[in-house]
Amino acid sequence: MLGLEKKDFRLLLIVIGLTMFAPFILNPFPEGAEMAQFNAGYPDLMQRFVIFGIFAIGFNILFGLTGYLSFGHAAFLGAGSYGAVWMFKLLSMNVLPAIAISVIIAGLFSLLIGFISLRRSGIYFSILTLAFAQMSFALAYSVLTPITGGETGLQLALDDPRIFGASQTATGNIPVPSLFGLEMRSSFEWEVGAWLFTFNAGYYLAAAFMIFAFYMSIRIFRSPFGMMLRAIKSNQTRMSYTGLNARPYTLAAFVISGMYAGLAGGLMASMDPLAGAERMQWTASGEVVLMTILGGAGTLIGPVLGAGMIKYFENIFSKINETILHSWFAFLPDGLENFVVAMIYPFIGKGWHLTLGIVFMLVVIFLPGGLVQGGQKIAALFRRNKPEDAKPNATEPAE
Amino acid sequence: MSKSNFSRRGVLKTGMVASAGLALPQYLSAQESGYTNAPGDSEVILGFNVPQTGPYADEGADELRAYELAVEHLNGGGDGGMLPTFSSQELDGTGILGREVKYVTGDTQTKSDAARASARSMIEKDGAIMITGGSSSGVAVAVQALCQEAGIIFMAGLTHSNDTTGKDRRANGFRHFFNSYMSGAALAPVLEAAYGNSRKAYHLTADYNWGYTTEEAVRTSTEAMGWETVNTVLTPLTQTDFSSYIAPVLNSGADVLVLNHYGGNMVNSLTNAVQFGLRDAQANGQNFEIVVPLYSRLMAKGAGANVKGIFGSTNWHWSLQDAGSQAFVRSFGTKYGFPPSQAAHTCYVQTLLYADAVTRAGSFNPCAVDEALEDFEFDGLGNGPTLYRGEDHQCFKDVLVVKGKENPDNEFDLLEIVEVTPAAQVTYPADHPQFAGGALGSCNPGA
Repeated sequence: MLGLEKKDFRLLLIVIGLTMFAPFILNPFPEGAEMAQFNAGYPDLMQRFVIFGIFAIGFNILFGLTGYLSFGHAAFLGAGSYGAVWMFKLLSMNVLPAIAISVIIAGLFSLLIGFISLRRSGIYFSILTLAFAQMSFALAYSVLTPITGGETGLQLALDDPRIFGASQTATGNIPVPSLFGLEMRSSFEWEVGAWLFTFNAGYYLAAAFMIFAFYMSIRIFRSPFGMMLRAIKSNQTRMSYTGLNARPYTLAAFVISGMYAGLAGGLMASMDPLAGAERMQWTASGEVVLMTILGGAGTLIGPVLGAGMIKYFENIFSKINETILHSWFAFLPDGLENFVVAMIYPFIGKGWHLTLGIVFMLVVIFLPGGLVQGGQKIAALFRRNKPEDAKPNATEPAE
Repeated sequence: MSKSNFSRRGVLKTGMVASAGLALPQYLSAQESGYTNAPGDSEVILGFNVPQTGPYADEGADELRAYELAVEHLNGGGDGGMLPTFSSQELDGTGILGREVKYVTGDTQTKSDAARASARSMIEKDGAIMITGGSSSGVAVAVQALCQEAGIIFMAGLTHSNDTTGKDRRANGFRHFFNSYMSGAALAPVLEAAYGNSRKAYHLTADYNWGYTTEEAVRTSTEAMGWETVNTVLTPLTQTDFSSYIAPVLNSGADVLVLNHYGGNMVNSLTNAVQFGLRDAQANGQNFEIVVPLYSRLMAKGAGANVKGIFGSTNWHWSLQDAGSQAFVRSFGTKYGFPPSQAAHTCYVQTLLYADAVTRAGSFNPCAVDEALEDFEFDGLGNGPTLYRGEDHQCFKDVLVVKGKENPDNEFDLLEIVEVTPAAQVTYPADHPQFAGGALGSCNPGA
């Protein structure tokens, strides 16, 4: 189906199902309940899940397939955002041209950086990309302030010279990004008993893009081109001895993943029309590396899981403050309550980085294949019993 | 085989259904109240968005303490703080409009993106009716724009750049804190009195938005009184060692060094300058001097003995003797055991001002709050008589010029007030060149 094998098609269907029903899946607790703190089904976070999912899927095409570890991918995300916001300022508030230009700009930018950085491999390549990304960050932060808005970021203003569409709404406000009139921030809220589910227009647009991005990534993974990229990862020297020039392939992978990053940047700007220089900082580049490794580098679904996990920590765990903790443990005697809160507090709230760090370490040590490997192990645990019952004396073929 | 026959009726029907489908979400997202996140009958939620990690985490922690104190006082707890000294006596300790005040907190990480994500989750998930906080102008401007789009009131915390109420001003955003222009205007006469009017200044400026506006403000005001600007050098925000920037200063012919730095930058650059012996140096037959336009107690603490005798400006200081300041210092000190910083003060005051405006307006609707705050005159909140100007949503009040204390009595007593510059002297027209290019737009109730 759609040029996919049965197994891949099933995976695609699962991803489609998860994204379409995300408002339900992410809001398991009723409004007003204690556990509602852990609900993640509000538009901003759902948008972030899929947008960073796209970013990580793209990064995985480069890192997972060729093994080239880029530490500067955030630069493309940032360049894409700036492109998109400029389109809003100059052309129209429709998101489609903005997203198109962000992909194109990120593609060109990654072509330039990739052309230079890919002359080296291994750690030298990583350092080169890191240097370029930090350079872009520094430029965006100060030197290019007229184009990028510097520290305050690039924002829409009331006097933007928009070619199509008014620069102000009738009530004297800045218009919001929309898809042919459907505003990205508009939501439909559905109340079912104590539950409240939010269906946001921007989220579904971003989700549609992510499903497309995911499908493209499966096709690339299963194509001869993908096979070539894997060959580069396993032994590049051997490839050059056989007379094959690997650089066009790596450059193509680099540009493709740069365009994915640009798409993510464009979507981010469409959901929230602002582009800031921090999006290009090395910490942002490091984050996508973490997402990919946490989820499972080189696997199809892994990066999406990793992105979801990190964003969940960043947005949900960081908001649990001391007062909330005290209300959770209020049933304990006073002294014990304070003790328990004091023990837990360093790991949540502003300490969410610490918890994430511990999780990351545990995953890297015990599950080098990321969360996907964890899932496979659990699945194997349940599956093993059946075949063993059927053929107790079956021998494993040596691979 | 699929066969598609388009009949006129079919096309019309499909078109109507599709357009109804597209219009439905917009219709449904409009709430009955006519504005975003209208609170229920029993409680109202405020969003405190402060840096809890990153370079301004100290300021953020102090801001959060002030917010918690303000919520306590609004709900009738504690000793009431500045409620009794506030000139508007609408607040009676029963929350806001009879609703108990609850709050949610978030971490801005001093990054615009993270701050906006945090603010959006407060608005979309927690149903916050007002967002306040911020310890850097970049974040404040970003969150202010977001609140304008979402139809939420934003009460800015510590943000000193001219742009917050200048180029990037918004109808739903309000700033109580002073700004770069006011620092320059307040400092200039004091500097003239102390150092004369034939000085040559050398500026080191943090290379970002706030640095630019501060440098411009100080340069303009000092040049107006006869000083000459020898050179201005931009330093990267992430710089921690300023030796290479300080070394050329002595041979540049300048006799005053202006450090347009804030937070950790200022601590490091001032320490470097003192280590290079600038304070004992002579240039052009005069003693070499250093000026820091924006001071805070937390910075003075970081720079230690190096701040002695150095002039700067601040929004508020805990040693002020008026009834409002004393009441605030007392209740903050009782609760936390040390005096509040200027960041804490401005955040506390902003929360009270918002609560008061809602009460006077009788509604949480952002447009009603807008109207209540615009051109509102008040007193008793620590800065003397203050005006919330309607044209740019900036507060106009006295500015303090302070000096590093020569013999501090304790670790909090690091600055002494040299002069209280009256509000009239730091007032400027809303279309002043340093604030040009912005427009408030109109208030947005969202929904």
